[in-house]
Amino acid sequence: MVILILIVGLIIGWGIHQNQKLVTLINKLIIYAIYLLLFLLGISVGSNSVIMNSLPTLGITALLLTLAGLAGSLLLAWLLYKFFFQDYEK
Amino acid sequence: MKNSIIILTFFIIGILLGTSGLQSQFLIETDLSLYALYFLILLVGVSIGADRKSWQILWKAKLRILLVPLTTILGTLIACALISPLLENVGLKESLAIGSGFGYYSLSSIIITQKAGEFLGVIALLANIIRELITLLFTPFMVKFFGKIAPISAGGATSMDTTLPIITRFSGHQYAFIAIVHGTILTILVPILVNFTLSL
Repeated sequence: MVILILIVGLIIGWGIHQNQKLVTLINKLIIYAIYLLLFLLGISVGSNSVIMNSLPTLGITALLLTLAGLAGSLLLAWLLYKFFFQDYEK
Repeated sequence: MKNSIIILTFFIIGILLGTSGLQSQFLIETDLSLYALYFLILLVGVSIGADRKSWQILWKAKLRILLVPLTTILGTLIACALISPLLENVGLKESLAIGSGFGYYSLSSIIITQKAGEFLGVIALLANIIRELITLLFTPFMVKFFGKIAPISAGGATSMDTTLPIITRFSGHQYAFIAIVHGTILTILVPILVNFTLSL
């Protein structure tokens, strides 16, 4: 479903790329839509009692695992960016 | 940094509203966040499609794009293996299996619950939700300190849907296609890697 919507969006975008005013407006809308989505995600996490109740105990283990995984990814991603991608942005 | 704080504020207000039980039943029953996500993805698609630069990366980066999912997998699994001796209730292969969720919490926690029990399933659920959350909240920070691929790697399997809008916003349109390819490959690999690590 997500891929389908994305493809529709890409085609519309390809079609309207000369209308810069509209493109700027859409880029502004995106950041507000992100705020809205995080707000809704907060509501669904906050009202999920299974997640909220198990947070203190299992949450610590989960958090440590995630932080480790993220640290590893970020470090390698930084090296990859520096040595393989940065030059190709221009 | 300013953006991370604004995003975090919206999220915390949402949690407070959720725990207080004040939110209307309408919000829960209509699954508004799913439609909001679809709408956001549509806008992101339009925004990527309208920028000529976003298409160029496919020609320039070519096979190098495949290094991005490889980086995410290696970085995550090596770090999960290293931290597993410090965790009391999780062994090496369970730690690898939870890491192999790459933010795809629904699928990975279901597989882990079935194969290794509810206890590990809940940890997998939480760990992978946290991964998505941290990416959503700290992408501006990650781009600043670890470069433009960092949030893609951090987002894992979610870099093609839930975290795609924020990645596109802060890494730029050039990295949108990389995020989509990366997320798609990891989404396919999640069930395979979770099963494989648990059967080690």
